[in-house]
Amino acid sequence: MCVAMPGRVISVSGGRAKVDFSGNLVDVAVGAVSAAPGDYVLVHAGCAIEVLDGDSAREIISIFEELDGGMLE
Amino acid sequence: MSLAAAAEYLSHYGGPPLRIMEVCGTHTAAIFRSGIRSLLAPGIRLVSGPGCPVCVTPSSYIDRCVEYAATPGFRLMSFGDMMKTPGSGGRAIGGARGGGRVEMMYSPMEAVERAALDPSVTYVIAAVGFETTIPAYALAIEEAAARGLGNLRLLTALKSVTPALEWLLENERGIDGFICPGHVSVITGPEAYERLATGYGKPFAVAGFEGEHILAAIYAIARLAGGGAGGAGSGRVLNLYPSAVRAGGNARALALIAKYFEPGPAVWRGLGRIEGSGYYLRKEYARFDGGGRGLDGDEALAAGCACAGVTAGRTDPGDCPMFGSPCRPESPLGPCMASAEGACGVWFQNM
Amino acid sequence: MKITAAHGSGGRDSALLVEGIFGRHFANPVLDRLEDAAVLDNSAGRLALSTDSFVVSPLVFKGGDIGRLSVCGTANDLLMAGAEPRYLACGFILEEGLDTGLLDSIAASMAREAKAAGLVIVAGDTKVAGDGGGLYINTTGLGFVPEGRLLAAASCEPGDAILLSGRLGDHHACVLSARMGIENGIESDCACLGDVTAALFGAGVRVRAMRDVTRGGLGTILNELAAGAGRRMEISEDLIPVGEPVRAFCGIMGLDPLYMGNEGKMVAIVAGDDADRALAAARGTEHGAEAAIIGRVAEGGGDGGRARVTMRTRIGGTRRVDVLYGEGLPRIC
Repeated sequence: MCVAMPGRVISVSGGRAKVDFSGNLVDVAVGAVSAAPGDYVLVHAGCAIEVLDGDSAREIISIFEELDGGMLE
Repeated sequence: MSLAAAAEYLSHYGGPPLRIMEVCGTHTAAIFRSGIRSLLAPGIRLVSGPGCPVCVTPSSYIDRCVEYAATPGFRLMSFGDMMKTPGSGGRAIGGARGGGRVEMMYSPMEAVERAALDPSVTYVIAAVGFETTIPAYALAIEEAAARGLGNLRLLTALKSVTPALEWLLENERGIDGFICPGHVSVITGPEAYERLATGYGKPFAVAGFEGEHILAAIYAIARLAGGGAGGAGSGRVLNLYPSAVRAGGNARALALIAKYFEPGPAVWRGLGRIEGSGYYLRKEYARFDGGGRGLDGDEALAAGCACAGVTAGRTDPGDCPMFGSPCRPESPLGPCMASAEGACGVWFQNM
Repeated sequence: MKITAAHGSGGRDSALLVEGIFGRHFANPVLDRLEDAAVLDNSAGRLALSTDSFVVSPLVFKGGDIGRLSVCGTANDLLMAGAEPRYLACGFILEEGLDTGLLDSIAASMAREAKAAGLVIVAGDTKVAGDGGGLYINTTGLGFVPEGRLLAAASCEPGDAILLSGRLGDHHACVLSARMGIENGIESDCACLGDVTAALFGAGVRVRAMRDVTRGGLGTILNELAAGAGRRMEISEDLIPVGEPVRAFCGIMGLDPLYMGNEGKMVAIVAGDDADRALAAARGTEHGAEAAIIGRVAEGGGDGGRARVTMRTRIGGTRRVDVLYGEGLPRIC
């Protein structure tokens, strides 16, 4: 029960933020994270559950590099 | 190392047979959507775990939802996922929609807004989920409390994943590694699995939800559990979703959970009662409590239904005698077929 | 003004409504006779007949309204049979409380779309029922199938190409966004596909079968075609066009673009050798500008109705594409 999507924070006001998912603006509760405009947050059920560090494409490349580079030793 | 190289390794894997559990229903759905099973050698089998909260919710909870929906003055707010799940006698929440007292929500905050607009109706959130979703419920209560709303309730069936994994490790043999639920891990942190990994000598890989993430996790588990490392060497937790999953998890989210909820025993359909695996509203917030404690009654599944074994990863959906006939997505007999992320439903639509 | 029960009485209020709104927008020599039935000239040849009822909330959405939808939907059904749409009959169920200004604008939009599609509205009916301020429309269309044009799923052969006229999910995402309060620029793709079909036939493409990709989405429609053809169909995830906002919308809602409804998209199965010509023809039209060849008809298919459509995924796996089950509810799980 854990569909979540990354989106970019446009504005924050109180515990709420406008988050942009590739052109979809959604009102998101941000009380569980410390998010500022420009941050990418992971949103589940209208609630930001984490501020993301880097994008998925780069992460995937680095995961495979690390798997090769001693992570499994 | 590249995706292609990992896929090559997995499609030619010739080590000892492995059974790898994807714990999370969202992973099950993603695995089928990206066709990952078609990329694995026969020696690597994926089994679905108890990570579809809809599937593990006992029938008495669904019945209580239906009761709320049928009671004048109440309106039940449910995620789309729950609508079709049968309670006792096959009655589903969605079946009450004709009466106009059940509404689908995308976020618990919608229920708060609705409650604020219409004080004459008590809005009951069908609050189902794991750690991923619990902060959203906590924030909804926080908001309702701040606005002084007296007409919002949570009917809870909230569960913690780790105790269920421990139950599986104790009671089910032959699972060689776990693909950990990525978004639960965002909240709990990868440490949640550390004790299980070292204690039972199994690899736990925290994974994101792209096909590449999941392939990377299967590759890592296959290398650790099947590649000769064996024993204590394979008993560790790998975080393959570092963009979202941090050491220690999300401290603010964990604090929110602890502020509003306390752990307690919970019944999992298919597994039974597991101590410390449920979350319940604290006494201080009883005014928001729409029930949840003690909703342990679980109607016996239809004769022959293998949902219990499927949830525990013991039985493949295709091995259930009712799979496909008569149990189908449009006429589900068990929860694993009714839910969009139930193992049977996902298998049926993708195999 | 609001619709009241009197507008459905059959008396003066009914007449004023019908004349004031429908008569004004739909005026043509056949309808203007106001007879009990339209008497039509038949230019011989085979007829295509189709009917469809339209229930949509909200009534007006970005890119269209229920009126435009009711004309395009039936016109497209005729077009998919290889017909040229000619006549339309409309039944309106109005609910008390419906704003007549809104009804007027919806009728105007029907008239515009019908004219563009070459349809003449020759018969109609209005009833009032219920009090929710709603509106439901049924349209029945009649068209002529040109000599020698025979479309049937059963004529699909291995090696035939599967052409999709454009990106998936816009209508479904547009309407669902309005209902769920999500702001975006997604517009319904509601459109009549006559330009695309005309271009395909005009280019001499050997078209085996066509379907408009409406409710149930591409996955369901391909399964229907595959069942009718008794063949397997293979598509590639990489080749299926989906707009970025719709993809993200589906991500938020836990929906799959393969099962999102559309109102201006079609699939054509064309002879394999004609694939390039078909693609060029479709791309030269307004409503096929983003067309793509998404896969092929394959050998086999006698497996009792299962696994008829398979898809090669982005990461190189293979999966089965089934029909849509249930309503395709948004999910967070």
